Amino acid sequence: MKWISLIPVVAVGALLLFAATDFPEWGDPKSPASQSPVSSHFINNTGVDTEVPNMVTAVLADYRGFDTMFETVVVFIAGIAVLAILKGSGRRRRGPRTTYKVEAEPDLIVTNTVRLVVPVIQLFAFYVLAHGHVSPGGGFQGGVVMGASFILIALAWDLDHALVRMSLPRCIAIAAAGIIIYAGIGFLSMFLGGEFLDYAELERVLPVSREMARYHAMLGVEIGVGFTVTSIMFALYANLSSEGRLKGGL
Amino acid sequence: MFEDGAIINELLIERLNYFIYVVLLLIGLHAMISKRNLIKKLIGMSIFQTSIILFYVSIAVKDEATIPIYKAEHDPHGAASKAAALELNSTDEAKPLYAPAELQPEETQQYANPLPHVLMLTAIVVGVATFGLALALCLRIQQGYGTVEEDELLVKIERSDARYSQSPLAKAINPRRRPARTSRKPRTASKATRVSQKSASSPKSTGATQTKKSAPKTKATQARKKPAPATRKPAVKKSSVRKPANKTTSPKKKGAE
Repeated sequence: MKWISLIPVVAVGALLLFAATDFPEWGDPKSPASQSPVSSHFINNTGVDTEVPNMVTAVLADYRGFDTMFETVVVFIAGIAVLAILKGSGRRRRGPRTTYKVEAEPDLIVTNTVRLVVPVIQLFAFYVLAHGHVSPGGGFQGGVVMGASFILIALAWDLDHALVRMSLPRCIAIAAAGIIIYAGIGFLSMFLGGEFLDYAELERVLPVSREMARYHAMLGVEIGVGFTVTSIMFALYANLSSEGRLKGGL
Repeated sequence: MFEDGAIINELLIERLNYFIYVVLLLIGLHAMISKRNLIKKLIGMSIFQTSIILFYVSIAVKDEATIPIYKAEHDPHGAASKAAALELNSTDEAKPLYAPAELQPEETQQYANPLPHVLMLTAIVVGVATFGLALALCLRIQQGYGTVEEDELLVKIERSDARYSQSPLAKAINPRRRPARTSRKPRTASKATRVSQKSASSPKSTGATQTKKSAPKTKATQARKKPAPATRKPAVKKSSVRKPANKTTSPKKKGAE
């Protein structure tokens, strides 16, 4: 019976390959995507508008700020939904699960290596977040690296060890704080006379020019994104690895 | 075979990247359609997503272009624009200290297209979050039904629907089941649910379900028979209630033996 599923797959493949011959070649500078006025505007005007050297950051946090804000909200909602689905679900069948419990001390070499590596990872996460304006990086990337450091702690010791440092209520609070920071910057610029997420209006509260106001507001926005992503990544791991019971090893 | 204009040449030499993305996409699509295991379906979805991300990123590539970060001569805070600003300052006092200039069209070609990178940057992180959500749903299904195999799930869902259907439509279709259950239904029903869940999630019974493939055919008769013994003696202890509830699995076990 399984070969029947090959029919739609092959049909889709044939259609896509047929269409692929119309696409531009690899690296063609005349391709429609590269020729579009939107992309050219971003490349030409980012330096003038925002003084941010990294165009990706500028497009992400400024030109497409509204989109990014709701992407962050999607991440937040996914984390909350995982919590809601798994919260207390393992309690009902406590019996059979305990048989798989393994009593083992955390490995000495692993824990000591993690002890050394985790501060470096977290510093690097801050670097990636804060240096996102002039090098590849930003809130999403820094947040994921930061979340990975907490997951590493949970892997090396056990989940309780990591939850002492980042308890689940705190995760939710930090994730919500990230979105509040993001939306707060948006509303602040709105109350200062601009539109929602029109960072240039922040020049009235920041002692800088309009361009640099956008530059610094982007950093604030990225910090908000980093908060949300960090805590949601860790909350996802903590809930999925323990089936929502939030204790024990992997 | 590889001369100019041949379709093989088009696909495998000039547009090899698209060919790879299509193959990846088809692997993901095939896994999503044909695999019975929900986790395998999710892996297929992830492969599918990866092919889309690769496609977008390859759209952004330009020959002889660098990453979309300003080089030193275009950097708004770089040495070049500072020197230019200083020069301007010496002649024109009204100019600001930094004077980043808009890029000219020929300079635009030096940078890759930033827009697809931005779109995929958020898509990756959101993809991870939604993948986590999907895994959580699978975990919950596994806790509730004891399996993530799609065919077994369908059988179990159908069986429990037939047993505990509360919808007025189903009652209107076969009303003869109603009078015996109205008074004592809630308590016994909930107990039976719990017991059957427990028995369903124990490894023994799932093994029996896997080995016995003819179980779906007999489920309709079982479902009609099943609630009667549970309601007949509701006051007895839990251990004896479990026996009649286990009747759903016992014929299968017999078959397995």
